[in-house]
Amino acid sequence: MSLVKQIRMVALTGNEAIAYAVKQANVDVIAAYPITPQTIIVERLSKYVADGELEAAFIQAESEHSALSICIGAALTGARTFTSTASQGLALMHEVLHIASSMRAPIVMAVANRALNSPLNIHCDHSDIMNARDTGWIHLFANNVQQAYDLTLIAFRLSEDLDVLLPTSINLDGFILTHSVEPVEVLPDEDVRNFLGENRYPYEIDFNKPLAYGVMALPDTYMEFRKQLYEVLKSAPRIYDEIAEEYAKISGRRYGKLLPYFTEDAEVIVIALGSSVETLKYVAKRLRREGLKAGVLGITMYRPFPEEELVEILSKAKVVVVMDRAYSYGGVGGPLYTDVLSTLYKNDLKITIADFIYGLGGRDFKISDAEEIFKKAFRALEKGSFDQDIYWWGVKE
Amino acid sequence: MIEIRWHGRGGQGVVTVSDILARSVIYEGKYAQHFPEFGPERSGAPVKAYTRISDEPIEIHSGIYEPDIIIIIDRNMSKDFYSYLDGLKNDGLLFLNLSKEILNSIGRGRVPIGVKIYVADSKKISLEETGRLIFNIPMLGALARIIRTPKLESIEEILKTRFSDELLEYNIRILKRAYSEVEMFE
Repeated sequence: MSLVKQIRMVALTGNEAIAYAVKQANVDVIAAYPITPQTIIVERLSKYVADGELEAAFIQAESEHSALSICIGAALTGARTFTSTASQGLALMHEVLHIASSMRAPIVMAVANRALNSPLNIHCDHSDIMNARDTGWIHLFANNVQQAYDLTLIAFRLSEDLDVLLPTSINLDGFILTHSVEPVEVLPDEDVRNFLGENRYPYEIDFNKPLAYGVMALPDTYMEFRKQLYEVLKSAPRIYDEIAEEYAKISGRRYGKLLPYFTEDAEVIVIALGSSVETLKYVAKRLRREGLKAGVLGITMYRPFPEEELVEILSKAKVVVVMDRAYSYGGVGGPLYTDVLSTLYKNDLKITIADFIYGLGGRDFKISDAEEIFKKAFRALEKGSFDQDIYWWGVKE
Repeated sequence: MIEIRWHGRGGQGVVTVSDILARSVIYEGKYAQHFPEFGPERSGAPVKAYTRISDEPIEIHSGIYEPDIIIIIDRNMSKDFYSYLDGLKNDGLLFLNLSKEILNSIGRGRVPIGVKIYVADSKKISLEETGRLIFNIPMLGALARIIRTPKLESIEEILKTRFSDELLEYNIRILKRAYSEVEMFE
């Protein structure tokens, strides 16, 4: 191995970066149904297959429901399997999402996060994946195009790990990341091959060794199956850490389950998912120069939720702001807010906290929004409280 | 960091030229970001695209509201340039697909005194060189000359990944000609 690593910087959109990672992962089966804003992912993959650059079965299904069902079948034969969707497509997959995780099918799926109807909207928010939050999948979020590439490779390794065997979703903000061109450092094919190794799925469908898959379980056994799903999701974070560490060694890029920026001595910490983390980081840097102790916490692994690490980082903060690009209608707040709130309560942490619902249907999260939200948080730091617990940020009244 | 907003009409390659600019900059090892403005794609409708160029990694993932540079590639929109200057910095640059003569007859109106206006006659250049109307790539040539980034060779490399044969040759020709013919309007 050469000492000086050859760095290959290429310009890619988020969709292109994912398609490239999937090609390098040398997948065996891709089944998908086109939907904006992920269409380019499968379009590129179908081209790779047609041009002979990727030897895989490319199956265009008649719906997302079928696409994911095909993926389950493929994954259970030991094939490395990928699909991709967004919004209504993910919603249409919903019942199959549960089946994929409880049948322990190691599928990797990109989700180009997009709003749900109605009204019809093709732009970014996280309602689609939050609707699929409790399906037993591992959910990872990318903050930029580089991360979309890296996390896709990590996801294959994680899903196929024999102690995991679960499906993983890679979430990237629709349009904001899927359609943005950014510089991406891609790994040499050989490094990817070595990092991923072969898919060693141990329960391959084999006519000579018949097994039962997707069986019926009555009240006397059903709960034991579900407990296994609970257990494996408990242990997946530890395995993720090992894999992410190994990935850091070959790539120089380290992805903790949480990505903290200036949180060490921060009085105010803003927590977010997706591309907004980067904009918040940019603003926090500015505020730091003004002497304000501002911090940002990006969440890479949203499910399983990194409770312990979150407590460690938030325990020293005085004010926490949660940014939710989705809402749990009729609930006590946005999905991320309720996660953070329960984590704080469980760990006896009394911290001033508020939820900001923002960016639904692609409403831009501007630098000025990040600045004003930090400003509100620092005011809450002085006063000891926010004037409300849930803000619908930037809504025209 | 330089922030650029492109204006034109659907079908004129507004998104394509912004994309090519970003890829050419990244090809040189610098940082860039391109993103289109999203809406229904309709041929002829006004379209915007955005590019950021920087020596440092770009963290911002929100829209551009106060561009350093505005480039209008459509001919008629160029004539009506005053309608597209929203947010342009007072010391910004404005690139128009016009001849000096046409702009002379229109005048710079109330464009802030600090804004430099550049003209490249994409219409004439593309008609003479190719017999067709290609507005986007000449405007990129004009920009590259004035802001000195990216190099023409880098743009050519990226053009090669997009076009071939006659169309590639056309694009390179009009890129270079606009590069040499772009003028400041005083």
